[in-house]
Amino acid sequence: MIGIINYGAGNIFSLTAALERVGLSYGMINTAEEIDLYDRIIIPGVGHAGAAMNKLRESGLVPYIKELRKPVLGICVGMQLLTDYSEEGEAEMLKLFPLKTLHFEAGVAGKVPHMGWNSISIQANNPLFANIEDQSYFYFVHSYYIEYDTAFTAAKCDYGLPFSAAISKDNFFGVQFHPEKSGKAGEQLLLNFSTIQLD
Amino acid sequence: MLAKRIIPCLDVKDGRTVKGVNFVDLRDAGDPVELAYEYSQQGADELVFLDITATHEGRKTTIDLVKAVARQVNIPFTIGGGINEIKDADILLNAGADKISINSAAVRNPDLINQMAAAFGAQFVVVAVDTRSIESQDFVHLSGGRIKTEINTLDWILEAQERGAGEILLTSMDHDGTKNGFDNGFLKAVNDRIHIPLIASGGAGNQQHFVDVFQQTNVDAALAASVFHYGEILIPDLKHTLRHNGIVVR
Repeated sequence: MIGIINYGAGNIFSLTAALERVGLSYGMINTAEEIDLYDRIIIPGVGHAGAAMNKLRESGLVPYIKELRKPVLGICVGMQLLTDYSEEGEAEMLKLFPLKTLHFEAGVAGKVPHMGWNSISIQANNPLFANIEDQSYFYFVHSYYIEYDTAFTAAKCDYGLPFSAAISKDNFFGVQFHPEKSGKAGEQLLLNFSTIQLD
Repeated sequence: MLAKRIIPCLDVKDGRTVKGVNFVDLRDAGDPVELAYEYSQQGADELVFLDITATHEGRKTTIDLVKAVARQVNIPFTIGGGINEIKDADILLNAGADKISINSAAVRNPDLINQMAAAFGAQFVVVAVDTRSIESQDFVHLSGGRIKTEINTLDWILEAQERGAGEILLTSMDHDGTKNGFDNGFLKAVNDRIHIPLIASGGAGNQQHFVDVFQQTNVDAALAASVFHYGEILIPDLKHTLRHNGIVVR
């Protein structure tokens, strides 16, 4: 069963609705003890990355999240929390990926926020993208992005420059887009996450 | 590549769609949730619900509607109408709306844009602007285009962007309902000046109008109501036509 880290960074109604649509059960994680109730974890998040990191710290869950060995999926700002640092609020993050979250400069990337459906280039054999066609469209809405990195980028998107639409490292996964709002491809991704088996 | 978005707009009153719909065999064509689901299946990229409910009791119905849409539809949606303060937006956000759209309330109290952007993030705040051209000058209009203001439309859009709007929904009241095409000249003038996404609205009558608005103005999205509701344009056909004309669509 999926546990959702419930640290107060944005509305999670759409996420839980999507999980229900695809028939996945879930529960909320408010305390460290509750982490043990679930075999995989989603870290949601919308809004300001620095503010979200502060809320996560206040929840007391940070050390437990960093030690997790079960599958973890960060969504949008929840993904950005997994990086070293974000320019949004000049905030230190969880440092699970040696990557930075940077601001889209207007003019380089087109309009900011990057809002709408964009196609992604998927790294072969990543279990998060099983049964999802390369160049599928996903729904993005963000002004900050995680830099592209050949070692950790699981799916690349282009918006004036290449950036990470998805990252993965060991048991940690992150997606910049919103799978809960990305049609059938997004629902497939949530299903994939629910069945990921780690080696 | 970022795709151009096609957005059907549904007018809703007391939880029911108010304009006729006859494009598919819906069990209940007045049910906005069923209609929204159908549009999502057809390939609509996003939906806008314009709530014209007047009563307080009706607003509760709207919140139930938002929850039902969020549960059943797997694409983003915006809700506009009757949002006058942070509290109104907060309820809709928690009910599952992806964005809210504010129009007259923002003109009356521009600081509302700053407050909403600070509270929820710019991406949540769509500023809807109704414009009409009078002797070659563009003026913001209120109450569905009935009330003229002295505010220059482009100035207002630039101010809204500065105050933290994440997107602009621009409706040309001169074109709305004519089915003679979008107001491409003005849309291009606005689009060239702003750095947030722009949704074109008003005047769609056939598929070529969508080709024209994207090719001539490079707006990010195009919105229409009746041509979709009455089945005059089917979204899969429209996407095919746009693709054939070199426009990137999902």
